[in-house]
This record gives sequence, C-alpha cells and structure tokens, in this order.
Amino acid sequence: MNYFNQIGTLVRKDLTSELRTKEMLSSMLIFALLTTVVFSFAFDPDSDTVKKVFPGIVWVAFVFAGILGLNRSFLSEKNNDCILGLMLCTSDRGVIYLGKMICNLIFMIIMEAITLPILFVLFDFRLKGSALLLAVIVLLGTWGFIAIGTFTSAMAVNTRNSEILLPIILFPLIVPILIAAVQATGAILSGGGLAECSNWLTILVAFDLIFTVASWLLFDYLLEV
Amino acid sequence: MLAAQNITKKIGSKTILHGIDLHIAEGEFVTVFGPNGAGKSTLLKILSMLMKPTTGTLIINGTNAKEESAKVRNQIGVISHQTLLYDNLTAFENLEFYGCMYGVDNLRERICDVLVEVGLEFALNDPVRTFSRGMQQRLAIARAIIHQPEILFLDEPYTGLDQQAIEILNGVLAGLNIKDRTVFMITHNFEQGLDLSDRVIIVNKGRIAFEGRADGMSPYDMRDIYIDTVGGRD
Repeated sequence: MNYFNQIGTLVRKDLTSELRTKEMLSSMLIFALLTTVVFSFAFDPDSDTVKKVFPGIVWVAFVFAGILGLNRSFLSEKNNDCILGLMLCTSDRGVIYLGKMICNLIFMIIMEAITLPILFVLFDFRLKGSALLLAVIVLLGTWGFIAIGTFTSAMAVNTRNSEILLPIILFPLIVPILIAAVQATGAILSGGGLAECSNWLTILVAFDLIFTVASWLLFDYLLEV
Repeated sequence: MLAAQNITKKIGSKTILHGIDLHIAEGEFVTVFGPNGAGKSTLLKILSMLMKPTTGTLIINGTNAKEESAKVRNQIGVISHQTLLYDNLTAFENLEFYGCMYGVDNLRERICDVLVEVGLEFALNDPVRTFSRGMQQRLAIARAIIHQPEILFLDEPYTGLDQQAIEILNGVLAGLNIKDRTVFMITHNFEQGLDLSDRVIIVNKGRIAFEGRADGMSPYDMRDIYIDTVGGRD
C-alpha cells in the first residue's frame, strides 16, 4: 500500500478514536486553560514585566499541556499490544512515526488555537506585529516540539514511570526550540517584523527538520528495542 | 513455504536463539512447545518479521524477507494472546483500519466475509471494549486473516479463554487449516497443540530440541517426550 495512504489511515484511526474518547485533547485543553488562569491571577496584567514575560507564559502553557498529550500518544498502541499490529502491516516503521506526529500536531494546534486568544484576553495583550507571522512561529515551534516529543514519547511509553521520564528526556532536547520560539514570539508581539525574527525562524526551521528526519530514521531501531 | 536458515538472536550479551534451521511446507500446521524463556516467542517474532535476527536468512514463499519485506508482510498474519485491537473502535472500524493498512481490495465485502467466518457478523458496529474475551479473540482472528495471509503465526492463542471460547477458537482454526493455510503455533497445552498439528517441535535453551510428526501421538506421549527433552522444567 502507498506510503502516504498508510500515514493517512493511521491519522484517521487516531482522530476517530480521539473524537470518541476526547482523552488527549481534553486533558491538554484543561491543563493549558488552568495554567493560563493561574498565571493571570499571579501576575498583574498591567505591569510592564508581564508584557515582557508574556511570550514565555504562552510557551510554558503550550509545552506543559503538550507533554500531557504526548504522554497519552502511544498509550492506545500499548494497550492490547496494538503497536505489534502496526509493525506487522508497515514495512517502513517511519509510517507509524509520521502518522503519530501528524496526529499530535493536529491536537496541539487545536489546543493552541483555543488557548492563545484566551491568553490575550486575560492578559489584556494587544498584538502589535503580524498575526500571520505569529501563527507561523507558533506552528514551527510546535512542529519541532512534537517531532522530537513523539519520538521520546514512544521511547518512554514502555517504562514504569513514563509520565516522569518523558519530560526528563524531552526538556533538554527542546531547549533550542523553546528559546527560538519564545524570542521570535516576543519580537512579533512587540511590533517587530520578519527582519527582527528571521534568525530565530531559521533556527526553528533547522531544528524542525533535524528532529523530524532523525526521529523518522531512528524510529525503526526504537521499535526494535 | 517457509525456510529459516541459521537464525540467531542476541540481545546484549545473551544469546536467545542459537542457529535455528526450520522448514515448514505449504499447508502444514506446526506446533511449538517449550519452557518459558526457551526462545519460542522470539522465534515467532523473527519468523513473523516483528524482530530482526542477528544472523540468518528467512525465506517465505521463495522471497527473501529482508530484501522484499513489504511483499512478505502481506503473506503473514499473527494471532497472539493479546488481541492487537483498539478498544475504542468498533469491530468494523478495527478491521477497516487493518484492511486499509494492508491495502485490501473490496474491503467492505472482505470485512463482512471474515466476520461471518469467525461468527461475529452480529457485532459489526459494537465497540471492542464491550466484547467478551472469547469474542475479542475471534475478532483478533478476523484481523489476522483480513488480508488473506498464506501463513498464520499463533502465539498462545488460548490464553485467558474459557472452555466454550476454546472450542469456538478450535473450530475457527480448524476451518482455516482446511483452506490450506500454513500455521505455526506456540502453546503450552499439549492436547490443544496436538489436536490440530501435523508436526510438533520442542524448543529449549534457544535450540530445536525435538521435532516429530504429530499423527498418532497422544498428549501423554508428548508429555513424556517433553519431560525427557527439557528435563521437567516449566
């Protein structure tokens, strides 16, 4: 069967399952919204400091909610040994990685699309730069996070303390992505354009590609062990 | 049909399989016995391409499994004590998913056929989580044969089944054998193993320790051979 058809089938299966249970999306959303509300209570929205740390608050909410989702990403495959079923019908295990990655990316984008406007409202923040550029930065940051997060999630799922192990493995790896995403978001939020964030965007694209290709290539070995 | 030559598997410094040579003819039903940790499941995983051997060659239907894995995979079905089914999806959705992954033609028709074959046509749209253990195992059989594989690998398929479910499963498996499928089964149960088999193998310490025809062999004979071979372990 065509490589891309297999990826599409896998994504469709995960979306159907998630639509039915809403386990992953609901936990991500609730966590992101709670973080947002706690931050809005903890900080005075009018202070200048908050304006400066706002990009960091945005990414803290995204990353922690994302980790919660990633922890559940391979659980459905662990139950009843479904991962073996996938390994039986895919000659290239990269299909499983790409299917899971696309699905996780979709869930993250849905969570971010709901959380980001609420963050703007609660912190009374007005976007000075381009909304399109902000969307591109969020997308690139999320892609890199999910690319390596999906791989580490598959690595951690068979361990006893996977919920603790995943963030321990993942955080050091996403540092460059997190720094680049926060800096680029800050530049756009304070009215900057493409010129102000192009260096950070280059870093984001580079890490996105490195993480995606490396994880895709190594996924076969990961499943073998 | 299936030829495994000099299959060795090392995990770290431990050798799980020591140069296994195995030939299974078309339509043959081979049952493997052996104590826990003997390497039976590792052998099944290698033969069904779930695991790569450290050394050795696997040829299925004249095709080298390493060189043309996609072609070989379509000829293999696996039934395990785990169902490999998604609890949140219905029976139809599970079979549709696996059928799509294998690229099965006329999938809807094929799903209906396999569900009739395993006697689950009445539960087409029920979520798998509502099924009894026996029904789940029958659906697992349907999943394993959805792409009409020529070789079936069964890894302790009777685990967790009650007597009625075992009889239904035996009926379904006997039906599959009639249709000239090659079957490789691992079980700890001598009676069930001998009932359907043409040939029995005992694996011990990563090696084939006994190989013989199952015709006319009683579970008591098998038990004696087993104890002599593995030394009463397990």
